[in-house]
Amino acid sequence: MLSEPVVQPADWVEANPFFDFLRQTMAMVEAELRKLRHDQFELLSRAVQPAIWLVVFGRVFSHLREIPTGGIPYLDFMAPGILAQSVLFVAVFFGVTLIWERDLGILQKFLVSPAYRLALVLGKALSAGIRALPQAAMVYVLALLMGVHVRLNPTAVAAALVFIVLGAAVFSTLSLIIACLVKTRQRFMGVNQLLIMPLFFGSNAIYPLEIMPPWLHRISAMNPLTYMVDALRTVMLSGGHSVYGLGFDLLVQAVLLIVLLGVATKLYPKVIY
Amino acid sequence: MEPTSAPAIETSQLSRRFGSLVAVDSLSLRLNSGSIFGLLGPNGAGKSTTIKMLTTLLPPSSGGANVAGFDIVRQPQRVRRSIGYVPQVISAEGSLTGFENLLVFAKLYGIQSRVYRERIQQVLEFMGLKDAQHTLVQRYSGGMIRRLEIALALLHRPPILFLDEPTVGLDPRAREAVWEHMLELRDTLGTTIFLTTHQMGEADELCDVVAIMHEGRIRAVGPPAELKTRVGTDATLDDVFGYYTEDRTDERGGYKDAVRTRRTARRLG
Repeated sequence: MLSEPVVQPADWVEANPFFDFLRQTMAMVEAELRKLRHDQFELLSRAVQPAIWLVVFGRVFSHLREIPTGGIPYLDFMAPGILAQSVLFVAVFFGVTLIWERDLGILQKFLVSPAYRLALVLGKALSAGIRALPQAAMVYVLALLMGVHVRLNPTAVAAALVFIVLGAAVFSTLSLIIACLVKTRQRFMGVNQLLIMPLFFGSNAIYPLEIMPPWLHRISAMNPLTYMVDALRTVMLSGGHSVYGLGFDLLVQAVLLIVLLGVATKLYPKVIY
Repeated sequence: MEPTSAPAIETSQLSRRFGSLVAVDSLSLRLNSGSIFGLLGPNGAGKSTTIKMLTTLLPPSSGGANVAGFDIVRQPQRVRRSIGYVPQVISAEGSLTGFENLLVFAKLYGIQSRVYRERIQQVLEFMGLKDAQHTLVQRYSGGMIRRLEIALALLHRPPILFLDEPTVGLDPRAREAVWEHMLELRDTLGTTIFLTTHQMGEADELCDVVAIMHEGRIRAVGPPAELKTRVGTDATLDDVFGYYTEDRTDERGGYKDAVRTRRTARRLG
């Protein structure tokens, strides 16, 4: 049974640190996938909100011809915005799982393990990406059903996947940082309620930045969601074109993610103090 | 086996302050390999803070400690590989099965893929959870969750095991099952076990050495029998506990009652 003597086990030989790191990150993602497999109700319930936005808001607003969309139907214009929104909503509340895991002892178990702190944080960020994917699929399906000109070639879909996971990683890491700072569920929810509306409405998700007053335009140009929407609008729609360039969208999100991961890795172990 | 001469845990002047509160005050302890050590004390005595420092979760404010021969501040990774930890609160993921919990931690601990399946089955069998391994943990009983948590802590075969209030909220049978596993680990593998408790019966039954902690300081250390004779003939460990921890103004019975009421299960329902 456990009868081998407890000397330093032989499988401790330092493996390649990079592979260790990857393996630990993937272990966190695997845990999330397995959790999702056991509870699919959440996936369904979360599909309702984007459906309401597309069906109600989208239908009504497509009758206004006032919003400059760059020559595409309004429903087309807003579909990537709603996709980004649903990713944002999943990701921005993801930090609460940190507080949850801290109140239980799960976080303590992670931190007592020799796993790299960065692997734990990155694993969480990618897990949020995984959580966002089924919703994204739902928005794609709804958009198709409603006649949005969706690009379905594999490269475009793969590119959308990258931006969805990247966006989810950015906002979930931001959320993790907030959770580390406020430390309680109530305060976390309060801060998030404050954050989520400006993030969404101060972006190009449902109208272009050009129609904003200049001060809001400037702020929205610094909103990471704007770059996520810009990228999704480009890769999701057959008539879509990028305002900032896909490369720039990618750069903004990637640099931001690296900075946020750095901060989160520093703060993460301190949440239990 | 471990060399028996080297202490499993050694602390010197280990202290932790939170603002003006001194949670742990100049703790100096030496704990031999292969022993079961019980840290006793009322709520807020500093037991959990001590465990958090020794398990690298919390940096000390001053002083230091060696765990399994490694410095908790300078060599936290090595300490982490040498210890298993069972927190006071529930630390198994309820929305995964027992097997999946073990699988995730096997990977986090870097246990090689060719051995982890076998290893998982070993710890499941040892803790008597083989039949329940594919059941979601949220359907486990309190005792089963505790056993799974111990299984999780044993997965990488640590020479030292930390348990924070391991039997709080368990019924007597589940409690005894946990005790038996502790003793078996110590006897067959020479595992050093560091546990906190405020149940005197548990300390008396299980521990080779106990230390009584109160307001951040160790008030007494020794084998339970020795501490009892120190306090008086026919003294129980309860008496010892009361002797070293109660405020002199308090009536002993009243204090003990308060401790008993407050230690109602915070976890596991």
